[in-house]
Amino acid sequence: MLFKTITRENFKKMVEALMEENEVIGPKARDLDTEGKKIYRFLKLNSFEELEMDYTRSYSSPKNYFLPFKEDLAVYDLHDKGWDQDIHYTIHPRVIIGMRACDINALLKLDQVMAKSVYPDPYYFARRRNTLIIGLDHEPLEDCFCRSMNADTAFHGFDLFLTDIGKDYFAAINSDTAYMILNRFDAKDVTKEDQFLYKKVKSRIESKFKTQVTITILPELMDLEFESEVWKKWGDKCLSCGSCAMVCPTCYCYGIEEDIDLDFSMAVKRKFLYSCNLLDFATVAGGHNFRPRADVRLKYRYYHQFRGFVEAFNQSLCVGCNRCGKACLAGISPKVVIDDLIETEKR
Amino acid sequence: MSLKIPRYDINLEPSMSKHPDFNRKSILMHTQSGFKSEIIAIVPLTAHEKLFHIRICDPCERENFAFLPGQFVMLELPGCGEVPISISSSSSNKEFIALCIRKVGKVTGMLHRLKPGTIVGIRGPFGTHFPMEKMVGHNILLIAGGLGIVPLRSPIYWVNEHRSDYGDITVMYGAKEPGQILFGYQFEEWRRIYGLNILTIVQNAGKGRQGKEGIITDLFDDIDIDSDNTFAVVCGPPVMFKFVCAHLSKSGLPRQRMFVSLERRMHCGMGKCCRCNVGSTFTCLDGPVFDYWTVMNLKEAI
Ligand SMILES: Cc1cc2nc3c(=O)[nH]c(=O)nc-3n(C[C@H](O)[C@H](O)[C@H](O)COP(=O)(O)OP(=O)(O)OC[C@H]3O[C@@H](n4cnc5c(N)ncnc54)[C@H](O)[C@@H]3O)c2cc1C
Ligand code: SF4
Ligand code: SF4
Ligand code: FES
Repeated sequence: MLFKTITRENFKKMVEALMEENEVIGPKARDLDTEGKKIYRFLKLNSFEELEMDYTRSYSSPKNYFLPFKEDLAVYDLHDKGWDQDIHYTIHPRVIIGMRACDINALLKLDQVMAKSVYPDPYYFARRRNTLIIGLDHEPLEDCFCRSMNADTAFHGFDLFLTDIGKDYFAAINSDTAYMILNRFDAKDVTKEDQFLYKKVKSRIESKFKTQVTITILPELMDLEFESEVWKKWGDKCLSCGSCAMVCPTCYCYGIEEDIDLDFSMAVKRKFLYSCNLLDFATVAGGHNFRPRADVRLKYRYYHQFRGFVEAFNQSLCVGCNRCGKACLAGISPKVVIDDLIETEKR
Repeated sequence: MSLKIPRYDINLEPSMSKHPDFNRKSILMHTQSGFKSEIIAIVPLTAHEKLFHIRICDPCERENFAFLPGQFVMLELPGCGEVPISISSSSSNKEFIALCIRKVGKVTGMLHRLKPGTIVGIRGPFGTHFPMEKMVGHNILLIAGGLGIVPLRSPIYWVNEHRSDYGDITVMYGAKEPGQILFGYQFEEWRRIYGLNILTIVQNAGKGRQGKEGIITDLFDDIDIDSDNTFAVVCGPPVMFKFVCAHLSKSGLPRQRMFVSLERRMHCGMGKCCRCNVGSTFTCLDGPVFDYWTVMNLKEAI
């Protein structure tokens, strides 16, 4: 990997120049919460001023620029002789500025499923390859546990990754496109001092993680404690609303619906993101539901993240951003559920 | 120099210009582009089941389509929906595939109203298959309950086409009533020409009282299982698996020589939608055919 530094003024110029010729997405303040704190979302930027470089956490994750909530997979032209199918992939380039290390690691995990294992998904693949990612370091929030999930730093999966080292940004460069762009804005070679400052910032970030979750024993624990009352305890609180999966940077399950217009000339096959907590996730024809209870569905969300995904890809699916914990009206978060599970096992 | 981010056109990938080949799982392809296929015949079997003969329209796609017994396809009726259906014909039949479909809901209900000549889409084949290659030299027990006979037709054709490779083949088939027995018209041929031993049983024999009455496990009284030399394949409603597999285990059959075919909700067939999740894996990728040892290790599989 190559490293450079870029001044704040030049960074601003770079973002503005990028905005002129590309769609640029970044964290924007959208609203205020009940405590008067800003709520952030990744949205299209119209000016540099809209970009909140000091944002805390976006309410939902930027995954939706790769896996949209709704997406037309195919459009059908219906006629006398049958039908013709039309498929379009999103292939316009896009820049996303300000992704955190955890969100980049989340993308790497999605890559495993969507691009690197069986049946690479062309819809995802096209978006992924057309997105230039500029990452941004930050100090962890109270409840971030990405360090426990080994997702607090990113080494690949981005084009450019910035760390604020005072007057400059320290930039890790991972693609030629990013390298070319950066050089046009007077990026400097890294000095001994820059490197020293960078290391200092990094270890400060490292020292600020407050929340820890033990995950090493989880794959086995998931099986040992499959019948644990912990699932019932939290499952009984779960509203089966699916918010956790909607905001999660790694949840990817979906449903399909097909629509036909009134004059039977057009049809569309649409994909929409779903959640394994929703009541009919595993319902089949005839009404049989393989997971009729909320606690069973909640358990399987964890089972997939900390057991199934580990079996398939040697890593947990969760990256520890705690968005699900924040979004959940029932107060269910990975931290409390896993702590409870480990506690029961000790008893 | 412009700051336009270079555009990557996925359509220019060499593999994207070819016909999708779902047997080459690691290749980038149009995963949602189904093979246009014509329904060339519709055979009503019972009040709720019809047999559809489906022929892929494009000769090249038809030629490339290859499946193994036990695999399934995603059958799509544009504008209505897409459903997973097991292939119920011979894997050596390159002209058409047979799908036996029970009317249960939106898509299957609409399929039952179609006329021959309708164009549908199929994607696949997907999933694991019955290990016909491992079964060579062994006796095979094919055990079906209700609609479970549908995926077993494919291995039955296979066995006939490779008859000398296999030992004794016994088909045990249970249904609710005599009128619900599927493919009864083929039994005579399967017995005399294919050399299969076919045992049927119905839960409620009705007025005629023909044949045996009882549940599928009662048929075990009529056969001897050579547990050192037998493979078993079990297809049917979930409740059946437990009883049948328990019985087979008792007779000494190793779990790795017992195979079941599981059913779950499916929306992709490619390990992406997660709807068919069972235990730590997905029915569409590691199944639908699982050996019983694996099933025992998958939480809540049966
Ligand atoms: C591997 C496999 C092989 C199958 N083989 C056959 C077969 O050979 N013959 C046959 O008649 N049926 C078969 N089924 C069941 C068949 O897929 C369902 O009956 C069908 O999906 C019902 O769709 P529907 O729209 O009519 O019902 P609805 O109740 O209206 O279903 C709504 C949606 O739920 C999903 N769904 C509902 N039930 C099932 C189910 N059991 N499995 C998967 N998805 C479901 C479908 O995606 C459907 O779009 C098979 C299922 C699987 C998983
Ligand atoms: S903390 Fe919650 S939202 Fe974040 S990755 Fe883990 S499961 Fe998803
Ligand atoms: S865990 Fe919380 S957010 Fe997720 S479905 Fe249950 S109530 Fe909703
Ligand atoms: S059918 Fe979508 S993951 Fe199996």
